Amino acid sequence: MLQRLFKFKGGVKPATNKAPSVQAPIRIAPIPPRLVVPLHQSIGGQPTPLVEVGDRVLKGQRIGAADKWVSAAVHAPTSGTVIAVEERVAAHPSGLPTLSVVIETDGQDAWIERHSFDHASLEPERVREILRDSGVVGLGGAVFPSHVKLTPAASVPMDELVINGAECEPFMTCDDLLMRERAEGIVRGVAIFRDLLRPKRVLIGIEDNKPEAVAAMQAAVEALGENFEVVAVPTRYPAGGAKQLIRVLTGKEVPASKRSPEMGVQCFNVATAYSAWRAIAFGEPVISRIVTLTGNVEQPGNWEILLGTPMQEVIALAGPKADTNRFVMGGPMMGFDLPDLSAPVVKATNCIIAGSPALFPPPAPEMPCIRCGACALACPHELQPFELYWFSRSRNFGKAQEYNLFDCIECGCCSYVCPSHIPLVQYFRFAKSEIWSRERDKNMADAAKARFEFRNERDEREKAEKAERLAKAAAAKAAEKKPAPAETPPAPAEAPAPQTVDAEAAKKAAIAAAMERARLQREAAQPKNTDGLTIAQRKEIAEIEKRRAPLQAQQQTTPNADAAQTQNSQKDQQ
Amino acid sequence: MLTAILIMALGAIVLGAALGYASIKFKVEGNPLVEKIEAILPQTQCGQCGYPGCKPYAEAIAEGEADINKCPPGGMEGVRKLADLLGREVKPLDAEEKPKQLAIIDEQLCIGCTLCIQACPVDAIVGAAKQMHTVVESLCTGCELCVKPCPVECIRMEPIAEKIDNWKWKYPVFEIKPARRAA
Ligand code: SF4
Ligand code: SF4
Ligand code: SF4
Ligand code: SF4
Repeated sequence: MLQRLFKFKGGVKPATNKAPSVQAPIRIAPIPPRLVVPLHQSIGGQPTPLVEVGDRVLKGQRIGAADKWVSAAVHAPTSGTVIAVEERVAAHPSGLPTLSVVIETDGQDAWIERHSFDHASLEPERVREILRDSGVVGLGGAVFPSHVKLTPAASVPMDELVINGAECEPFMTCDDLLMRERAEGIVRGVAIFRDLLRPKRVLIGIEDNKPEAVAAMQAAVEALGENFEVVAVPTRYPAGGAKQLIRVLTGKEVPASKRSPEMGVQCFNVATAYSAWRAIAFGEPVISRIVTLTGNVEQPGNWEILLGTPMQEVIALAGPKADTNRFVMGGPMMGFDLPDLSAPVVKATNCIIAGSPALFPPPAPEMPCIRCGACALACPHELQPFELYWFSRSRNFGKAQEYNLFDCIECGCCSYVCPSHIPLVQYFRFAKSEIWSRERDKNMADAAKARFEFRNERDEREKAEKAERLAKAAAAKAAEKKPAPAETPPAPAEAPAPQTVDAEAAKKAAIAAAMERARLQREAAQPKNTDGLTIAQRKEIAEIEKRRAPLQAQQQTTPNADAAQTQNSQKDQQ
Repeated sequence: MLTAILIMALGAIVLGAALGYASIKFKVEGNPLVEKIEAILPQTQCGQCGYPGCKPYAEAIAEGEADINKCPPGGMEGVRKLADLLGREVKPLDAEEKPKQLAIIDEQLCIGCTLCIQACPVDAIVGAAKQMHTVVESLCTGCELCVKPCPVECIRMEPIAEKIDNWKWKYPVFEIKPARRAA
């Protein structure tokens, strides 16, 4: 089929280095003795843990529930016993810990009961829920929950669904091998996405340096009788960036301020489609992923690895050579150095590269920018990296934002071409996180100000009310004093007395009724702020309640003391 | 000659009327400079500047009564921004710069006196008389005003720990190595 291709500006052509890791088929990694499964593996809210220490879990059992719509569940990758729910080092450039479930595996690999679904007969909303509860997220590395992206925009018709098999990062071959070996599953997964989004066309973009993958995908599409178009796109980094691939295949440009559905297009990674199919058709949640192990190793290749497997054990599979001095997670262009090898494999781990001084020579010293403009020519987003660099470096963040810092996808093309060896992307990352942190501070300051003002207002009001009350009381006293000595009309003097009694009684009855109502309300409405607590917190609450129970019993037996106490406390508060 | 004078006078009257009208119609409530200064201040409301809150300090700065380096929570960054806004000299901070903190109540020791609730400027403490009190982390500005009033000294300040959610990429710094001498 003839397909008109568009071009994106800029880009670079680094050495791909893909050959070593495509020789062997995908191998299944052994089950490690221990798995460390971080709960927060996707963009969005942190899932709440569902298991506690000592629980036996089965393979595929949900151990963390999605806490919001933008969040995805996590599951036990194999059967075993939970030995800790605690903070463990995460696969993150900071090397900071995150809440993780540590599972001691039992080697039985016993599955939980699985249900397959027929997505065509289900409500789309239900399908999205299944995907969320199966932990399906973007496996290209962005780990954005897929079900959120599968909601079509109400106003714009969906024109194209783009499936990303470009895999433009050097060294990385996990999607390539997945397409070669499991093309059918991918195509079936794409069909699920198609049925949810109802686009006019489905385009599968694969870089033309992967002819085997293109052929396999084409064959699978034909075998399943789908009308998806498999398109070989020119090899040029970063053709696999979602925005670049959309641009190449559809000619549409998605600005940073918009989400792609608003432009009538959506993009998914091939591995995401595959995992969605496993989740729907087999009831298998995302518990493993394919990881490329390459670089300075004896046995480069792709392994299917259980999520939570510590990096050391993963790396041992490939056998790093003696002079390996660093490990990079992700590709050489966009990845980061692993700060700690006890960090586990997570949904975002697509590739681990063992680096040696020969493979990745230490960066040459940074020199001043000579304003050659090479970076601007290489930038696929048509930004001006040298200007962004200048503003980020001088911490002039407002200006950096004016020059569209947030359009930068951190692809690294600019750093790659810079003749002065300026690590431009590092400056951009610094500037971005600094801006985010300021935004957070600003929001906090605004909230604090609002609360402070509200409090002041309340104080004033209370003061005014008190003064008024006092004035009234004084007036009443004065009024009482006055008529007492006069004692002129005897008749009306009698009349108000029963009235006041009546009023008093009515008031008391009203108060009693109100208290009764409040009590009923309290009983009807369970406290809501204990929802979504962690198991540890719930335990602590249970302990405190236990401690309080005898006290409460005591109080109930002596209601008078209780009443006295409440009165006291009211006094205290005043 | 006369026409020229008339035209100029007429112009002056019309423009004057327009300006007068505009100044009434588009009157700005409050002092815009105070608002701008206040937007820079961290709204911790701690009073360490010697004023009872950020707004009074902002007003004092706008009046020219106060120096711009009196707000410790704002840090040097705040001083720089204020200097920028007001066209004054950057001065070193008139106090020690501290990392952002958070109040923590030792719930086992708390006697429920409610004194800290009354001290907290942003209502970040919940509790009732003779009941345990606690700090709502997300609301606490770290102003330390609740620490002193506590009669049993059960409130302590802790710097906010770095977590993955608030972690920041650092300013790129590179090791400087001595150049290798040609042998
Ligand atoms: S490529 Fe490097 S030296 Fe050239 S303009 Fe960009 S930042 Fe400056
Ligand atoms: S890292 Fe950002 S600025 Fe540099 S080339 Fe990529 S998109 Fe452009
Ligand atoms: S020192 Fe700073 S934060 Fe504290 S009240 Fe004064 S201006 Fe506000
Ligand atoms: S809890 Fe304490 S430190 Fe935090 S805002 Fe309130 S008074 Fe300040």
